Amino acid sequence: MLEIKNLVVNYGAIVALHGLSISVPARKIVTLIGANGAGKTTTLKTISGLLKPVSGEILYAGKNIAGLPPHHIVGQGISQAPEGRMIFANLTVLENLQLGAYLQKSRDLVRQEFERTFTLFPRLKERQKQIAGTLSGGEQQMLAIGRALMSRPRLLLLDEPSLGLAPLLVKTIFEKIVEINREQGLTILLVEQNANLALEISHFGYVLETGKVVLEGETRELRQNPKVKSAYLGG
Amino acid sequence: MTEFLQQLINGLAFGSILALIALGYTMVYGILRFINFAHGDVFMIGAFAGFYLAPRVAALVPMPSILGGLIVMAGSMAICAILGILIERIAYRPLRRGTKLAVLITSIGVSLFLEYAGQKFFGAAPRRFPALIPSYSIENIGGLSVSSNQIIVLGVTLALLIVLRFIVQKTKIGTAMRALSFNPEAASLMGINTDVVISFTFGLGSALAAAGGILFAILYPAIDPLMGIMPGLKAFCAAVLGGIGNLPGAALGGVIIGTVEIFVAGSKYSTYRDAIAFAILILILLVKPSGLLGKKDIEKV
Repeated sequence: MLEIKNLVVNYGAIVALHGLSISVPARKIVTLIGANGAGKTTTLKTISGLLKPVSGEILYAGKNIAGLPPHHIVGQGISQAPEGRMIFANLTVLENLQLGAYLQKSRDLVRQEFERTFTLFPRLKERQKQIAGTLSGGEQQMLAIGRALMSRPRLLLLDEPSLGLAPLLVKTIFEKIVEINREQGLTILLVEQNANLALEISHFGYVLETGKVVLEGETRELRQNPKVKSAYLGG
Repeated sequence: MTEFLQQLINGLAFGSILALIALGYTMVYGILRFINFAHGDVFMIGAFAGFYLAPRVAALVPMPSILGGLIVMAGSMAICAILGILIERIAYRPLRRGTKLAVLITSIGVSLFLEYAGQKFFGAAPRRFPALIPSYSIENIGGLSVSSNQIIVLGVTLALLIVLRFIVQKTKIGTAMRALSFNPEAASLMGINTDVVISFTFGLGSALAAAGGILFAILYPAIDPLMGIMPGLKAFCAAVLGGIGNLPGAALGGVIIGTVEIFVAGSKYSTYRDAIAFAILILILLVKPSGLLGKKDIEKV
């Protein structure tokens, strides 16, 4: 579904990605793991159009979408729940979700999406009138994911959904991610510091180091790989 | 007491015009985090647009009349909306990725350009603004003298504030404006075309300034190309007083500064009438830099 070839991205004066190539097959969860600064977030930002690549291709459904502005990328069916959640803390939960469906013209489809999001995260339904800034961290993460789903994406990018959450909440969020993938058949590209958890729920994994893929494979194999074990899974 | 009430009415009328201008400063700041110093000159262009539109409208509908006045005001608002959008498109957008200072200085350049292009095309001498609406004064309501113009100014301002509130709070583009002002990157991830929202914001703010220009010219019917400088600076003070980036704050700040100024003008310290807005600015920056209704902003990198 998504095929990245030799992507080079600069972040200011720093080269953040040196020819990154990854592939995300339809209906799968693919995860990128790696240390801070390995280029995980840069990859997602570039797919979403927030960063312009120097060279390389991002093929999505056969078309090169590299360098398109962010709103076009969303229009093509790729949405992102960004790192740090980036919810609109000054708006209500309902307004946040409505913005997720900003490009959707059909009111019926928006209504459907609201229903689906509220079924997935009943907590958001209870809090819909509340200002999003008053939600707990876990609820904000639910909102960020729910908001990304409101655009009816075919590919969902998730950046560090576990960041700053208590272990129990992390478990809930990850169960929801699996549920979205299994029940809606949504393709997911997941970036995660918590490599253990990420490899547990995904089908394929890529290990990034300083802007390059150093290892890739089915997650079953990656989890057995001694290098991955010692560097990312805590021995 | 009568004199106090009289000055209060005069002050509210003047203050509501400052409020209309201040809203434009604060909206642009809320979204792009810079002060558009050309905004006061858009207010001036608004008055001149009315000046040139009035005779043309008078050929179609009888003038002065409420209908004629509204048509002239709507026309002037449309012209300034387009002007505001063009200013952003031509002068500010190419600098969007540069420093804030570059855009700020450019806005001063645009301001000077409008002022002196105005002198070239409109003439430097003050022009008499035509009567758009029938005007009479209502004497002796408890000793007060209120002009119909003042009531119109207050009424039109209130109506515009209600429309603005509706746009910002209830419409899709308004929600997008609020999202963009909170986090532009996240807004673009929602599929919002940020350029369109920025253009809309400039158009909206400039239309309000134009309405302010027309109302100002109705109250004080001598207009000239430099007339936007002082009201523009005072409205900027008003926006900071209310809390820059905060819409109700800008309206409140405008009303407060306008009213205080009229009271000073009516006292024995009347020489200081133009200074008082800046004294208030200095005071608020010392005491509560975030403004009356502003929230403490965490500067994001």
